[in-house]
Amino acid sequence: MSGDREPILARIAEALRAPAPRHHEPHSHENHSAASVPFREWLPPVGEDPQEQIALFARLSEMLRTEFRECGSPEDAAGHIAALAREGQWKRIALHSGDLIDSVAAKLPESLELLRIDNGYEKDAMESADAGFTECESLVAQTGSVCVTSPSSGGRVLSVFPPHHIVIASRGQMLPDLSAGYEHLAVKYQGRYPSFISFITGPSRTGDIERILVLGAHGPKRLTVLLVP
Amino acid sequence: MRVTLFIPCFIDSLYPQVGVAIVKILERLGHEVDYPEAQVCCGQPPFNSGYWDEARVVAERQLAVFRDAEVVVSASGSCGAMFKVFYGELFKDRPQQAEAKALGAKTFEFSEFLVNKLGVRDVGARFEGKVTFHDGCHGLRELGTKAAPRELLRAVKGLELIEMGEAESCCGFGGMFAVKFPQISTAMAEVKCNSIIDTGVETIVSNDSSCLMQIQGYINRHSPRVIKSLHLAEVLAQQ
Amino acid sequence: MSSTAALPPGVQFQTDADRTTADEPRRAAVRNALGNYKAARGKTENAFASWQHAREAAAEIKYEGVNHLDRYLREFEEKFTARGGKVHWASNGAQAREYILNLAREKGVKSIVKSKAMTGEEIHLNPALEKEGYEVIESDLGELIQQLMHEPPYHFVFPCMHLKREEIGELFERELGAARTNNPEELTMIARRFLRRHFANADMGISGGNFIVAETGMISITENEGNARLTAGLPKVHVALVGIEKIVPKLSDLALLLPMLATAGTGQHLTGYNSMYGGPRQPGEIDGPDEFHVVLLDNHRTRLLADAEQRDALHCIRCGACLNVCPIFKNIGGHAYGTTYQGPIGSVITPHFRGLQDWKHLSGASSLCGACTEACPVKIDIHHHLLQNRRNAVAEKKVWWERLIWAGYTWMMKRQWAYLMAARLAPLAQKLHPLVLGTALDPMRSWTATRDFPEAAPQSFHDWWRIRKAAQK
Repeated sequence: MSGDREPILARIAEALRAPAPRHHEPHSHENHSAASVPFREWLPPVGEDPQEQIALFARLSEMLRTEFRECGSPEDAAGHIAALAREGQWKRIALHSGDLIDSVAAKLPESLELLRIDNGYEKDAMESADAGFTECESLVAQTGSVCVTSPSSGGRVLSVFPPHHIVIASRGQMLPDLSAGYEHLAVKYQGRYPSFISFITGPSRTGDIERILVLGAHGPKRLTVLLVP
Repeated sequence: MRVTLFIPCFIDSLYPQVGVAIVKILERLGHEVDYPEAQVCCGQPPFNSGYWDEARVVAERQLAVFRDAEVVVSASGSCGAMFKVFYGELFKDRPQQAEAKALGAKTFEFSEFLVNKLGVRDVGARFEGKVTFHDGCHGLRELGTKAAPRELLRAVKGLELIEMGEAESCCGFGGMFAVKFPQISTAMAEVKCNSIIDTGVETIVSNDSSCLMQIQGYINRHSPRVIKSLHLAEVLAQQ
Repeated sequence: MSSTAALPPGVQFQTDADRTTADEPRRAAVRNALGNYKAARGKTENAFASWQHAREAAAEIKYEGVNHLDRYLREFEEKFTARGGKVHWASNGAQAREYILNLAREKGVKSIVKSKAMTGEEIHLNPALEKEGYEVIESDLGELIQQLMHEPPYHFVFPCMHLKREEIGELFERELGAARTNNPEELTMIARRFLRRHFANADMGISGGNFIVAETGMISITENEGNARLTAGLPKVHVALVGIEKIVPKLSDLALLLPMLATAGTGQHLTGYNSMYGGPRQPGEIDGPDEFHVVLLDNHRTRLLADAEQRDALHCIRCGACLNVCPIFKNIGGHAYGTTYQGPIGSVITPHFRGLQDWKHLSGASSLCGACTEACPVKIDIHHHLLQNRRNAVAEKKVWWERLIWAGYTWMMKRQWAYLMAARLAPLAQKLHPLVLGTALDPMRSWTATRDFPEAAPQSFHDWWRIRKAAQK
């Protein structure tokens, strides 16, 4: 706590003595003290059915240029990664450890070097990785997003620095909407949140030059999401 | 119904034919038209410039002039908005607050009156030609007027309505803005008028004559072909 | 930069507007860019079950946050510091700059990487850092381009929307020593390669923040490129400079605000990366900064807060939608505003932040069309605030010749005979007008320079009615 904390708070309290008019009509007045405003029903609708959700995620992925693939098994997923590695002439994938990711990594070709970063990493090593391979907290059907956190996805940098980000998720991780995404985090972490949470929606992009879409501005140029049962 | 007309000052002196057309249409529909001659200006010019005390002087007079009216029809969306929206602001927490609200509640912009109050879409008009409609911003955004003028135009025999790309873009008039920031105002007129020219129409129609003043003024100087402008009432009055 | 201009801001504005409204190619480029935005936004809005209801809900969330600002800022600080974060409360730009400079000195910082922070522009942070010898690199592509151009951002979401690819190609060749190209993809890759090094080597990352989450003590940052994630991920020290008004009560509120920010700002369903930072690296986490400092910036926001009528201007989520739909912005461009926050919202808040009399002209330079208010995802009453600024400016200090005009006007309007006489004299005056038309004596010159003025009708409506009434008797 430093600086002008008390003067600022005093100015705020003084300023708020006069009530401000509303220029809107909130649709729920009952919960004002809890400051909870129901709004889920106004957002883009999402089906209840998991199949529908996966289909929505797939449609959005296409729009976002996310490569989304349903795989029959971890072996199948590993096969796809191997194909990407051949196509990109990859030498090295950086990854963290986890049950799901290990089950896939075990089936990757020997020739592909695996850089495990669970105990930290040299910046140079991260720079040399052709891809970053992570698990995730959840997938969000409503927006086609991947939710990552430090503990679930190998820290802050793994999923953003290498030029290709690969995510492995299981079907049970598909959630309908962002609200569900936040609820999941609240329940899992019980208030002791990680220091980093991110909703990733597509590969890195920019439209700064004449509004022309270019992928891979600073983050990964390619995002691959592999879904196993 | 006894309909009381509110004819804004600039229509009074520059476009009286608009007022005449409104009278003609309302009488054709079988209504009694009243026009309190004591009316002058709604007070928008000083109001928009921030001189609210001066605006109140003029507005108070209008409150008195229209006190006995059952229903007030405005020939302009922007002046109608003064009555319906801004008099409430001007007289907030003042003795005239209730009266200002009452006037706002009984005031209608002309096309809204026909369609939403009288339920009339076809006034038996005939007008040959292609037209485009410009939405005056006050009417569009302060009063929510969008569908009514178009429904009226679509019922006019012989008329073809072509929408322009920039239908909802401001023409750049904005009252004193047009002369205080003429370079911006003119640039906005240019964008608007190019969109009109692109439609290929020969007539621009609007429910706001102040917008038409700006648009026609620019068109006269810069359009490669002759394009005329008419207030919605002038089109609907033709048979 | 216009901040060092000798002319009063109102005069400088007219001069700049003269120049920029005459720049046809620039206006066309901006119009084109924003036409694409309009199409994209239309589609995305339609995906909502009800965009209008969503706006009401979003407005209520911000209303709750801002109208209990002290409570929520305290809650944020408590939660954030519990996880090792540091909070510094800065009453003004000088205090914020001083804190960041001291921090950089203390930590032996040499190189700083920045992600987008309008608050940084607001307090002129970069010049202060550079003066002390720190290398500061903007990492957002548009901001980097503007930094290399030695220009402020043109638009707070699209910093270089006014530039053509050729200009950027030339810029990169000149400033970065890159091989000349005009291809947007290649240009982006040049920036990517240039910045990689800086991300890896920077000792300090400075970012802004889109939202301050009270409930969980987090700063939420929205971006498409990934540069903010790298700014907050690689350097040892992360500083976020955030306006106090960015508060939201609950983490779950972001499930509404983030899609609305994306829809209104860029026509996307959701922006590429929405990241919440709740502290420095925690025990057990693989990476992240050792220190995370949040500088809460007041800098006249409490002054705006005290204006209850306009308090909702602090609900702004800086989406830029009001700029995108504003015909004034589209025709004069972002730089003509001459101040950090452009467009309609900028015109509302700048008088509060920098002085009403000096900056009232921005509130005057509007036709009050209301497109901004219509576009605002959190229902700020923007165009009415412009009117209120005009009223407040006059209440504080009347302009003598305007006062004269409106006194004359009310004098006339109170007297039917005077009004009717003026109406009758108008056609006569018009006949004399050609004598002065276009000259310095022409009172209508601002109009007639570019537009025709209509002829006064020979008979006013008043007279027509009176004559008809008499005839009917």
